[in-house]
Amino acid sequence: MEFLVASAIGVLTAGGIYMVLRLRTFPVILGISLLTYAVNIFLFSSGRLAIGAPPILQKGVETYTDPLPQALVLTAIVISFGMTAVIVMVSLGAFLGSEDDHVDDQPETEERQ
Amino acid sequence: MSLFLIVALPFFGALLPGLMNSAGRAACGGLTFMVTLAAFIGLLTNLPSVLAGEVVTASLTWMPALGLNFTLMLDGLGFFFAFLILGIGLLIIAYGRHYLSREDHMGEFFTYLLLFQGAMVGIVLSDNILLLLVFWELTSLSSFLLIGYWKHLPEGRQGARMALTVTGMGGLSMIGGMLILGQIAGSYDLSVILQNREAIQADPLYLPALILILIGCFTKSAQFPFHFWLPHAMAAPTPVSAYLHSATMVKAGIFLMARMWPVLAGTPEWFVIVTTAGLVTMVLGAVIALFKHDLKALLAFSTVSHLGLITMLLGTGTAFGAMAAMFHILNHATFKAALFMSAGIIDHETKTRDIRRLGGLRTLMPVTFGIATLAALSMAGLPFLNGFLSKEMMLEETTHTTLFGSPMLVPVLATIGSLFSAAYCFRLIGHTFLGPVREDYPAKPHDPGPGLWLPPAILVVLVVVIGVAPFLAEPFVKIVTASVLGDAAEVPKAYFKIWHGLVPALYMSVAALIGGLILMAVYKPLLALWDATPRPEAKVIFDAIVESAAALARAVTEALHNGAFTRYAAVGVAAILAVGLHAWSTGTIGAPTRPFEMPELVPMAGWAMLVAATLALVLLHRNRFMALILIGIVGLMVSLGFVLLSAPDLAMTQFTVEVVTIILMLLALNFLPKTTPMEGSALRQIRDAGLAIAGGLAAFALAFHFLMREAVTTPISEFHLANSYKGGGGTNVVNVILVDFRGFDTYGEIIVLGIAALLIYALTETLLDGPVRAKLLNRVPDQPQGGNMHPMMMVVLTRVMMPIVLLVGFYIFLRGHNEPGGGFIAGLVVSIAVVMQYMASGFSWASARLRYPYHGVIGAGVLVAGLTGIGSWFVAKPFLTSDFTYVRIPPFHEFELATAALFDVGVFLAVVGAVMLSLESFSRLARRADMEDSEHAMDIDPSRGDAPEQAGG
Repeated sequence: MEFLVASAIGVLTAGGIYMVLRLRTFPVILGISLLTYAVNIFLFSSGRLAIGAPPILQKGVETYTDPLPQALVLTAIVISFGMTAVIVMVSLGAFLGSEDDHVDDQPETEERQ
Repeated sequence: MSLFLIVALPFFGALLPGLMNSAGRAACGGLTFMVTLAAFIGLLTNLPSVLAGEVVTASLTWMPALGLNFTLMLDGLGFFFAFLILGIGLLIIAYGRHYLSREDHMGEFFTYLLLFQGAMVGIVLSDNILLLLVFWELTSLSSFLLIGYWKHLPEGRQGARMALTVTGMGGLSMIGGMLILGQIAGSYDLSVILQNREAIQADPLYLPALILILIGCFTKSAQFPFHFWLPHAMAAPTPVSAYLHSATMVKAGIFLMARMWPVLAGTPEWFVIVTTAGLVTMVLGAVIALFKHDLKALLAFSTVSHLGLITMLLGTGTAFGAMAAMFHILNHATFKAALFMSAGIIDHETKTRDIRRLGGLRTLMPVTFGIATLAALSMAGLPFLNGFLSKEMMLEETTHTTLFGSPMLVPVLATIGSLFSAAYCFRLIGHTFLGPVREDYPAKPHDPGPGLWLPPAILVVLVVVIGVAPFLAEPFVKIVTASVLGDAAEVPKAYFKIWHGLVPALYMSVAALIGGLILMAVYKPLLALWDATPRPEAKVIFDAIVESAAALARAVTEALHNGAFTRYAAVGVAAILAVGLHAWSTGTIGAPTRPFEMPELVPMAGWAMLVAATLALVLLHRNRFMALILIGIVGLMVSLGFVLLSAPDLAMTQFTVEVVTIILMLLALNFLPKTTPMEGSALRQIRDAGLAIAGGLAAFALAFHFLMREAVTTPISEFHLANSYKGGGGTNVVNVILVDFRGFDTYGEIIVLGIAALLIYALTETLLDGPVRAKLLNRVPDQPQGGNMHPMMMVVLTRVMMPIVLLVGFYIFLRGHNEPGGGFIAGLVVSIAVVMQYMASGFSWASARLRYPYHGVIGAGVLVAGLTGIGSWFVAKPFLTSDFTYVRIPPFHEFELATAALFDVGVFLAVVGAVMLSLESFSRLARRADMEDSEHAMDIDPSRGDAPEQAGG
């Protein structure tokens, strides 16, 4: 199980980095989303993995998984939605204003300086 | 009056002129005057204690761990300077009220002036050197505002910038010096530092501390080689020049040298540095002043020269030198403020300050002539005026000073300085007031009203009184000197009198006066000679230094930041990888402590889908709709992973967030290109792929290594598990952590979420207000449009589902404390229910039924959560302490009531508001001009053209 989770983190990170390095805004946003998944799972797994031991207290049950990373990741997921929405809005505004969705300054804008 | 109040009055008073500006100039100036007068009277109430030799203190603990306390003290020295600052401040305010013209914003001016005044009073009353540094920086900032007050003048702006650069740089250096000093003494309180003379002077760090502090003092007090900023600061309105350069700003450096005199002075290093700098400044300033044609520039350089004189006296390190310095500070403040104000009057009435265009004003402006002449003669050092007395004392002191092994060097240079000083004073009188009346003044000169001449006249009365009856000033100057000297030396016995007998100082004085007259006689050839001599222009050098520093900064910045985001991202990834690799190769890794388990089939299948979807996303991302579907699969698999790995709350959150994220992306994609073009070279793609694979491997290795090992220490969540039910009253530990243990975190997070949503709303508003609006309204959709905008099946279904989904949300919310669920998830579920209505029935239909704006919902959520937290104050518990109880209302089962549930309501509301405000903002962009707003839910898009006509809504 550990191998699966770790390799999933690796694959998501790799995909995220590659997409973040693209030249248009939309793939960069997708890349950030992939990195968000990777980071959230990474944080979550810092409590180590457990199957069938949810942190819901029950009589007679002694082992529970670590609840703290879950609480942290829960808010992280919601916040990352907010941040994704902001960055989508920013890139949308930039595109609507200039008809251009490149993430880098384009050569002709540099020449104007 | 409490010292706190004296310091605070100008700062609080600074609010008033700005508010009173519309009440008229008299009210504005009068109020400023009253504020300063109150502080001045407050200061005077402390006079008896100061005269009795006591030190008045007031202290307030601020950050004791850092040694930073709000400690004030008032001794003779502090009283003297505070008296000058507030006393001359009163005259300047009275003068400034009449000086400023109707175009000048008076409230702004007096606000700056009071801020500056407060900062200066703060410096001279501080007992803690860190506090002193704070006020020190405040004077730099507020003087910047004052010098640059006439924002329309380029000289004003440049002068203000130069003053800020030089004094700010000196301030930085001083912070370093003061910190070293505090470290040596073991305290940042002046009263302690001043007791540690031997320890400080014996410390190896004494010299660095001394040099750093002196740079701070020299820059502030315009000592060579930092003297050049002061003349450029003359672009300020004259009241500012008179205030800053006679009694306050430039005296701050002198004050600090005097304040630190007991611990820093008396060593050979102090003597050589301070005396030399003072001597050079004194002579240089006097020589340059003689050849300046602008009245204020002449006075500026004479100020530089006199500051040099005072610095030199402090540098000698003798008690007599210190006393002469204190006396000269008093005298200089009186005659120089009077002279500046006179220069302002001349400028005001004749519209020029150029001496070459003046002359003959004696008969036209007799009052001004009288004031300026007496003040200038005092500055030249004529008997029966106060300048004579302190100049005699200075010359007397120089005859006992041996610098660089030569007993003649200091007296000769001091005499030369006095000679030039006398010469420029004579020139000031001669070329401005004497001579024939001219016909070509820019404006017809006449004496101003008493509002302008009374303040300098009061000062000139002091000049004469002290000059004729020096014994009146003697006790006061001696008290000040005593507090400068501290325990380091005895106050000299010497009496202040006009006639000391035929001493060397008298001969030197006479030589200076006669030499000054001779220089005046040969002024024309001298001026020609001066104009012919090449000399370095300080402003050019300064500008060149600033320019080269800026060029260097620009070169470094542009090499690192060329505006290409992808470049930063690549450099960032590579740097993180390099650091990680270093840690990996130099650290040690223990053996795995957890068993390696073969995964079962179902998790394997989920993993395979996640990996396949990610790879497909990377390969097919150019088709943007496809990419969205693929990222949806990834998110779904992540949610399922959370289900498997004992995190039901996370799974629910991830799943619902996934839904709203995809809707959001679809809304955005509506306006964006639907495909990504092929771009970037193959080499570049290989580089990116290499970076990505390296990053992925690193993340995998890191995760796998810690997953195979147990935590090194017991996780703190043991506490959470043990206390969740006992202390928080809930069995869902994750929810209890969110709303109880770490409630403050959550509170911050809902605020962040709310801010993000408001930011999106604001950006949308900006877009819709700007040129984009027309573009959006006239947009022609780039995709084929469905004819049926609001399909009947969907409308009916969503409306039927709405109450059910709301019920589910309510249920999830209620059970959250004990079972998976809670405010976050319930908020997301309810948002989805509302979004469905927008999607199915249309934006207008849904908006028309919206009773509360989403901003309000966010605000209510934050407010509810915050008030719940504050509620615990009423039972004397810290913020957000929760409480719960069990109640039973027959015939229902016993149930729990917890304050945490109320907090969760806040979370719920904030989440609903934030999600809905974001999505609604995006939808608002989609309105087009060719579509009518329709309140009908089920209608046909009329823009499609081929719509069946009978199917209207």
